[in-house]
Amino acid sequence: MAATQEEIVEGLAEIVNEIAGIPTEDVQLDKSFTDDLDVDSLSMVEVVVAAEERFDVKIPDDDVKNLKTVGDATNYILKHQA
Amino acid sequence: MSPTNRTVVVTGIGATTPLGGDAASTWEGLVAGRSGVRALEQEWAADQAVRIAAQIAVEPGEVIPRPQARRLDRSAQFALIAAKEAWADAGYTDKAGEDASVDPDRLGAVIASGIGGVTTLLDQYDVLKEKGVRRVSPHTVPMLMPNGPSANVGLAVGARAGVHTPVSACASGAEAIGYAIEMIRTGRADVVVAGGTEAAIHPLPIAAFGNMMAMSKNNDDPQGASRPYDVARDGFVLGEGAGVLVLESAEHAAKRGARVYAEAVGQGISADAHDIVQPEPEGRGISHALQNLLDNTDLDPAEIVHVNAHATSTPAGDVAELKALRKVFGDDADHMAVSATKSMTGHLLGGAGGVESVASVLALYHRVAPPTINVDNLDPEAEAAADIVRGEARKLPVEGRIAALNDSFGFGGHNVVLAFRSV
Repeated sequence: MAATQEEIVEGLAEIVNEIAGIPTEDVQLDKSFTDDLDVDSLSMVEVVVAAEERFDVKIPDDDVKNLKTVGDATNYILKHQA
Repeated sequence: MSPTNRTVVVTGIGATTPLGGDAASTWEGLVAGRSGVRALEQEWAADQAVRIAAQIAVEPGEVIPRPQARRLDRSAQFALIAAKEAWADAGYTDKAGEDASVDPDRLGAVIASGIGGVTTLLDQYDVLKEKGVRRVSPHTVPMLMPNGPSANVGLAVGARAGVHTPVSACASGAEAIGYAIEMIRTGRADVVVAGGTEAAIHPLPIAAFGNMMAMSKNNDDPQGASRPYDVARDGFVLGEGAGVLVLESAEHAAKRGARVYAEAVGQGISADAHDIVQPEPEGRGISHALQNLLDNTDLDPAEIVHVNAHATSTPAGDVAELKALRKVFGDDADHMAVSATKSMTGHLLGGAGGVESVASVLALYHRVAPPTINVDNLDPEAEAAADIVRGEARKLPVEGRIAALNDSFGFGGHNVVLAFRSV
């Protein structure tokens, strides 16, 4: 069953917490991964791979650069999840 | 003194070892004659011929925050813990520049390991095979590269004068400290954070060292397995951890009123050109290194009262080193209290020179030589060549200037001898 927007944000928050140590409540739709959440380019790859697995979605490398904020990633996953 | 021959001193020490999570608890364990060797309880150990190791006393995950720890190889985690302790111990309150008492352009870092990020390499290969290409961590390369520990320590303290990683197997940690002494002596840097680290307790290195017949298989008595100089010694016990010094020009240390543990007098280096793994049986290469030390420094053999020996508990190596000491120092070897601290810490490979330099400096500072444990029946050849500190710690002369040597030798025939002196 496809995840809801709320479930995706919650899942991303857990992933970002695990990888960058940011409190889950700070992971909001308008937050930038690099500027607000301490996720550098290498860690972003980890976030993407974890999200792919969790939400059963493929996020090609070419699309990753467009995922600036948690909202961008959430919308992408909503649209592409299997 | 000319800028190319400056005096170097030790102002900070740090360690995380099988005996304790810092230098103080490690030293306490050494003086008490405590063994850090334990049975390997991991599932993978069950079918190994060697099922013992000197595992770290305090897991780095208890010290380093998880987001940072997961992008550092275990060897870099150890190095960072020991380096931060040494840095604070030297009286620095922040990274160079932020702490105005040290100029980042005059600060170096030299941290070595024998094998580098071997657990990262092997674990990520498991991930590749079991879970596929996509799951291999993007942090793998900076984690497995051998210069990872020195680069991470350099970042932590803000070192811009140069960050280096000499690799010479089990002599690596000592070579790092020797390199750092040279950086300061010749004027390239005023302060260098230097030492060795190793994290190789993993099924592959243990199987490989085990198959070389290099390691003790005394699985029934882990604490008695590392027994340098004992007639029943049957190989080394693998240890893990790191030891780091903050080295500084005497002038720089004096200017900021730093506490000085000891002078780092210098090093003697040589190579055996004999065999890729076997030590030269008469200790010729070691003698050459010791002679170089005497030729290139103002060290007086009469002042040397303590040797932290390389002595890994292998049948051939332990005695060759003692023969070399006797050959070079003659009767002066009579007043050298020789300790093999690997009897307690196990053999930390590239970390050994770091941890044993910490031990040598503290031996001078406290004027106590730690013991060699497990010497139930002293090898007559060892007894004939040297004065081994057995069983219990021994007091060193309370008066006068005293010096200590720290020997480290590595596969490949690398010989490094470091000398420290009381101030």
